[in-house]
Amino acid sequence: MTDTDTPEVKVSIRNLYKIFGPEAEAMMAYVRDGMGKAELLEEHNHVLGLQDINVDVRAGRITVIMGLSGSGKSTLIRHLNRLIDPTAGEVIVNGEDVLAYNGARLAQLRQNTMSMVFQKFALFPHHTVLRNAGMSRRIRGESANVADREGQKWLERVGLAGYEDYYPGQLSGGMQQRVGIARALSSDSEIMLMDEAFSALDPLIRTDMQDLLIELQRELQKTIVFITHDLDEALKLADHLVILKDGAIVQQGEPQEILLHPNDPYIIDFIADINRARVLRVASVMEKTTREGSGLAGEVDAGQNLESVIALSEGDTNLHYRVMRDGRQVGLLHMRDLVRALVPVEAADPARRVA
Amino acid sequence: MATYDGIFRALGLENWCSDGATGGPLTMAEMIARANGTVVEGAPAPRPPLMETPFPSLDALHKACGAIPRSRDMTEAVEQGFLDIKNPLKVVLDPLTQPLSWMLDFSLEAFEATPWFLMIPLLMILTWFATRKPGVTLFVGLAFAFMGFIDYYDDAIQTLSIVFVCTIICVVLGVPIGIAMSRSNALQRGMIPVLDMLQTLPTFVYLIPLIFLFSVTESKLYGIAIILYAIVPVIRLTDLGIRLVDRDVIEAADAFGMSSRQKLWGVQVPLALPNIMAGINQTIMMSLAMVVIASLVSAPGLGVKVLAGIRNLELGVGLVAGFCIVLLAVLLDRSTKAALSRIDASAR
Ligand SMILES: Nc1ncnc2c1ncn2[C@@H]1O[C@H](COP(=O)(O)OP(=O)(O)OP(=O)(O)O)[C@@H](O)[C@H]1O
Ligand SMILES: [Mg+2]
Repeated sequence: MTDTDTPEVKVSIRNLYKIFGPEAEAMMAYVRDGMGKAELLEEHNHVLGLQDINVDVRAGRITVIMGLSGSGKSTLIRHLNRLIDPTAGEVIVNGEDVLAYNGARLAQLRQNTMSMVFQKFALFPHHTVLRNAGMSRRIRGESANVADREGQKWLERVGLAGYEDYYPGQLSGGMQQRVGIARALSSDSEIMLMDEAFSALDPLIRTDMQDLLIELQRELQKTIVFITHDLDEALKLADHLVILKDGAIVQQGEPQEILLHPNDPYIIDFIADINRARVLRVASVMEKTTREGSGLAGEVDAGQNLESVIALSEGDTNLHYRVMRDGRQVGLLHMRDLVRALVPVEAADPARRVA
Repeated sequence: MATYDGIFRALGLENWCSDGATGGPLTMAEMIARANGTVVEGAPAPRPPLMETPFPSLDALHKACGAIPRSRDMTEAVEQGFLDIKNPLKVVLDPLTQPLSWMLDFSLEAFEATPWFLMIPLLMILTWFATRKPGVTLFVGLAFAFMGFIDYYDDAIQTLSIVFVCTIICVVLGVPIGIAMSRSNALQRGMIPVLDMLQTLPTFVYLIPLIFLFSVTESKLYGIAIILYAIVPVIRLTDLGIRLVDRDVIEAADAFGMSSRQKLWGVQVPLALPNIMAGINQTIMMSLAMVVIASLVSAPGLGVKVLAGIRNLELGVGLVAGFCIVLLAVLLDRSTKAALSRIDASAR
């Protein structure tokens, strides 16, 4: 959570549009003139999948794209490895324009630079778990030995040692998705695309898988684009959160920032029901200062969530804490600010209730 | 005076009509009438009553207007057309299909040359490796032993040999055609009517153009008839099987950068295999059905016995041969189905 140094941009999406239909190009003119999704469908029978998407995906971070069903999340992520070609716009990976790639170069990108995890697992049902896990190596033409070694290594890492010779159909959903993750990891790609990777799993398994991903990420520092329709999941995983609605970005930024300053009624509704005390962190509500402060009740960590601070303060709203990170003071936390931050924006600002 | 005279007169086509020659072969009706000795040539036909007005067919119109061809002229022309294209067609088709004759003859010789005490165990071993089912294996052995005992073994082996060769060729041609169809919607749209036609055409009709093209003594004649009839299910089910492969799995293959060849042989064909095998099973059944009819054009085997039964009214021969065909059908069906279920089990 170091927000001081921003890592390089790994994938950059610029003014991306996607229109589904036989005359997509011709429809661009209407869309650029401001025609919306519903109108375009009604008047011209074309589906506006994405409109004017601009996102910078930073290296080593988890970028979460969130939106309701049909908002265009899957469409967007499939543009990164060109499973879908855009109607207009650019996708730049490691400084290169992916849309200019020929077939061979594109295959290289998919084999070496990006790997993908799918909502419905999409394992190869006729191959064993081990072979599935090492699949990306085999596709690249590496030897069976290397493929099996890498597959084995990552199966163990995701907790599936001993299942090598099973077929995917013999495993539970959670286990299948572990194979899916092992398959993506064994390609050793810098970028991982995860399309609702955990949505098909039941809640407990899902939490396990999220923890697994966080743990792996701490170790591997991959660039991850993660798609979800679940806000809790998004807040748990995201370094950068992008919220999509009807194919357009409503807001993007640091998740804490979005929680505290939502800029759209849609998002306010979206975040109305979450447990803010558990999600918000001290760093987001503190006063940024190195001033000593007086009458401090103790020290808290910048990464702690508010719930733990409330427990610490035993509900006393008059207290102040020194906020530490890596042994240095980074700010002061006033319990009054903390309590104020717990009230959703909707209630705090009656003007917004119009929505 | 014929029914439709007035129409041609009204259209002012009398001259054109009378230019037409009236010679040529007799119409079918005239032929029959002459045979019955009822016709009085040259006598003006009385005008038929309204209720008996003939359909304005070629023959009826010809009576009014000589320039219009009669039905027999038409069939004659079709025949002539076939004869005309026969030679150029043979130049192309003969070398192309010659290997088929060789394969059929060679396989027939090989099957017949193998003594029964090798052949029956061999078939049983083959069944065992394909199915791993003791029941089916035993059934194959007993069925051939039974046919040997009643002296129908040789015919059964000949039939089996023909089915064997034709099925192999159907698979070798049909699977690639099915794959091509699954990859191109245009090809699929073009092929489906052809396949429909091949499947609905009465089996005897197949034989007619083939008899024109090839001599009845050549084995490829019945080989082609069987293959044309039996290849349809392999093609259809290969196409269907590949199109039915889970789209998510195909997307995963794409996302990991598989080439289209890797995708075809590593994902699509293996996952379509249960369907392809079901197609092969049907192909075997259909070639068995056709091999009986093909005995009309000198295909050897059990069909000949059935035919003899019909021709010479030897009821017993026909019935027993028919029973042997059923036996053959059941054992081929059982063993291919058992092999299929093994593939099914490993594909899940
Ligand atoms: N091939 C296509 N042809 C036409 N419309 C499409 C196509 N693919 C997607 N769409 C439309 O684009 C929109 C976005 O679809 P997309 O699958 O990206 O949504 P999503 O956010 O992933 O939803 P979900 O949560 O259900 O997966 C939808 O309105 C969908 O109907
Ligand atoms: Mg989706």
